[in-house]
Amino acid sequence: MSVFTPNRRGLIKSGALLGTGLAMPTIFTASSAAAYTNAPTGNGVTLGFNVPQSGPYADEGADELRAYKLAVEHLNGEGDGGMMNTFSSKALKGNGILGNKVNYVTGDTQTKSDAARASAKSMIEKDGAVMITGGSSSGVAIAVQGLCQEAGIIFMAGLTHSNDTTGKDKKANGFRHFFNGYMSAAALAPVLEEMYGNDRKAYHLTADYTWGWTQQESIAAATEAKGWETVNNVLTPLATQDFSSYVAPVLNSGADVLVLNHYGGNMINSLTSAVQFGLRDKVVNGKNFEIVVPLYSRLMAKGAGENVKGIFGSTNWHWSLTDAGSQAFVKSFGEKYGFPPSQAAHTVYCQTLLYADACERAGTFNPCGVGEALEGFDFDGLGNGPTHYRADDHQCFKDVLVVKGKENPTSDFDLLEVVQVTPRAQVEYAPDHPMFAGGALGECNPGA
Amino acid sequence: MDAIFLQVLNGLDKGSAYALIALGLTLIFGTLGVVNFAHGALFMLGAFCAVVMRKILTLSKITLDPEKTNFLGKPLEIKTTYVELWWGDVGTWMIDYSVLLSIGFAIPVMALIGIIMERGLIKHFYHRPHADQILMTFGLAIVLQEIVKAFFGANPIPQSAPDAMGGAMDIGVLFGFAEYAVIYPYWRLIYFVFAAVVIGAVFAFLRFTTFGMVVRAGMADRETVGLLGIDIDRRFTIMFGIAAAVTGVAGVMYTPILPPNYHMGMDFLVLCFVVVVVGGMGSLPGAVLAGFMLGMLESFASMNEVKAIIPGIDQIIIYLVAMIVLLVRPRGLMGKAGMMED
Repeated sequence: MSVFTPNRRGLIKSGALLGTGLAMPTIFTASSAAAYTNAPTGNGVTLGFNVPQSGPYADEGADELRAYKLAVEHLNGEGDGGMMNTFSSKALKGNGILGNKVNYVTGDTQTKSDAARASAKSMIEKDGAVMITGGSSSGVAIAVQGLCQEAGIIFMAGLTHSNDTTGKDKKANGFRHFFNGYMSAAALAPVLEEMYGNDRKAYHLTADYTWGWTQQESIAAATEAKGWETVNNVLTPLATQDFSSYVAPVLNSGADVLVLNHYGGNMINSLTSAVQFGLRDKVVNGKNFEIVVPLYSRLMAKGAGENVKGIFGSTNWHWSLTDAGSQAFVKSFGEKYGFPPSQAAHTVYCQTLLYADACERAGTFNPCGVGEALEGFDFDGLGNGPTHYRADDHQCFKDVLVVKGKENPTSDFDLLEVVQVTPRAQVEYAPDHPMFAGGALGECNPGA
Repeated sequence: MDAIFLQVLNGLDKGSAYALIALGLTLIFGTLGVVNFAHGALFMLGAFCAVVMRKILTLSKITLDPEKTNFLGKPLEIKTTYVELWWGDVGTWMIDYSVLLSIGFAIPVMALIGIIMERGLIKHFYHRPHADQILMTFGLAIVLQEIVKAFFGANPIPQSAPDAMGGAMDIGVLFGFAEYAVIYPYWRLIYFVFAAVVIGAVFAFLRFTTFGMVVRAGMADRETVGLLGIDIDRRFTIMFGIAAAVTGVAGVMYTPILPPNYHMGMDFLVLCFVVVVVGGMGSLPGAVLAGFMLGMLESFASMNEVKAIIPGIDQIIIYLVAMIVLLVRPRGLMGKAGMMED
């Protein structure tokens, strides 16, 4: 049996060992702080909100920015807490993120890929943003996601609906809460079959860019599986204003359904043209002619006015949902701004909370740690029911809403009614589904 | 055959808008020699005159309905427009016909905007190079559209045609086609007729009035007209106002076709400059002819059968034709020597 006998030499040795031991965590902390881009050094952490503040989606961008500001308030312990109160994860304490007060900077994407990348780059390099989020277009989202991957920054995508965002262009540093074209089609097709039957001839007008292509591919495949025939698919340039030249040929094409794979201003203008040309009053093949808009937004519906009445589409979320999360968000947003939030506002608010929560659970801002915390994360209470962030492609899986233009709206924002909440299981797909094939997540990049 | 007829109608419709905007553009260039890149913004401002008019007509008295609730669970606000409260069915009619009523609102407003623009800014650039004029008017266009965006937002604002003029007619039957083979919206036909009337009125004004005669003389030889003791500058300022009003009403009438947004002027501007150049700088008949011609070509190029042969032709046809016309006739279809050749 050995007995510990203190002496001067032993004391010095022990002191040295103890000192080294105490210093160890500091060394690791310092090392890990330098191991990823824009590690917070002071008492605050900066998030970069990259939204369209000018250009055709500026209204959507403005709504996103409102939601981001609300999320920052809630994270910092101000306001009523919104969906933090209903979020199933209880890691957020209302004291910022990991004890750091949340600050933010904003950038203007202008809905242009180059401008969006430039503003994201500026927020990362000049403002020290540790996370970039936002966008109202898939072209922009994919461009900024690529930049964030290179820079070693987490990208929490805003409103992006192309299959490619979490398909062939997916990145390890990128995460999408919003649904996608495939999910829209999977939710919508059974309702269309039920409403319009399975003997239909569809004519597609499609916006000529990544979102339009994948949306068209998805809805065509889903409706063809129900027995519909795709008569034609005409690509329309994004800059098109007057769609009369594209709508006129539909009249004598033999089609009895027009599918408008358009979003924003394109959808407003193409739908207006289609209604003006009397398509909705036409009877073709012994059936009433119908129009379908696979992706709806309330802001778009407002622009299209009365033309949206009775037209089916899908949406990621709607303010009229009655679950506790949605109600908490609508109350919080509505009391602050005087009107209910859009789906764009909802998805970016959720993304901000999800990022903050992942940081808390990971105990770090390191993108690899945060990514790991988000991968495979199951949560609830954010307005879409039980939701799963799939590790394979960083796509969120949740219920999808099928909506239609309301016949008798009671206010400027009461324009869509929820027809069906499509369960998550119905819109799920395998990670290697052909519509999402061709890309790889790659390795998480922590940057510096 | 019915598809071709349909595209003829579409071409006439597009051409109407191009011709109207190009007419105003040419009036300004022909009289003042100014290359006005803010002209598209005048079209957009005209469209927003319709938006403002509708907003005025739909100003509402708000009452609370305690039995219904809004999205926050508070009593629902019920809006009743003042015009309907005061004038009943007449008020309802006024709201329904707000686009047409907007013309009466837009003409003085747009003429005034045009005169203020010319007197306040553009006149300081008469003796500056065309490049300076382009930069200044382009900057002005951006300022105007950003102001509109600040007040009205970026999303399009729908404006409906009067109920009696909504919907579509089976125009094909009138021309011997099968029933429902050629259906065309009433409002687009009205727009074509309206454009023809406005273009005719402008030509008649310039041809048959003393004022018009002086303006035409001034366009041909400004100095000599000035030496005769005629204040040609004042008349040209008025012409700027008239051109702005013509473009403005073109914008008003276009609102049921295309929901107005702050950017719509820019979308038309480039096309209309091509129209003016193809027609011949400073030539009013040239602008109208080129407007309809290019509208028609654009419409035919967007036919699926044509695109199947030459993919993407609908995007380049106007510029392709412009290049050919300028190669064959460097002054445009009806351009005269001396215009922009200094």
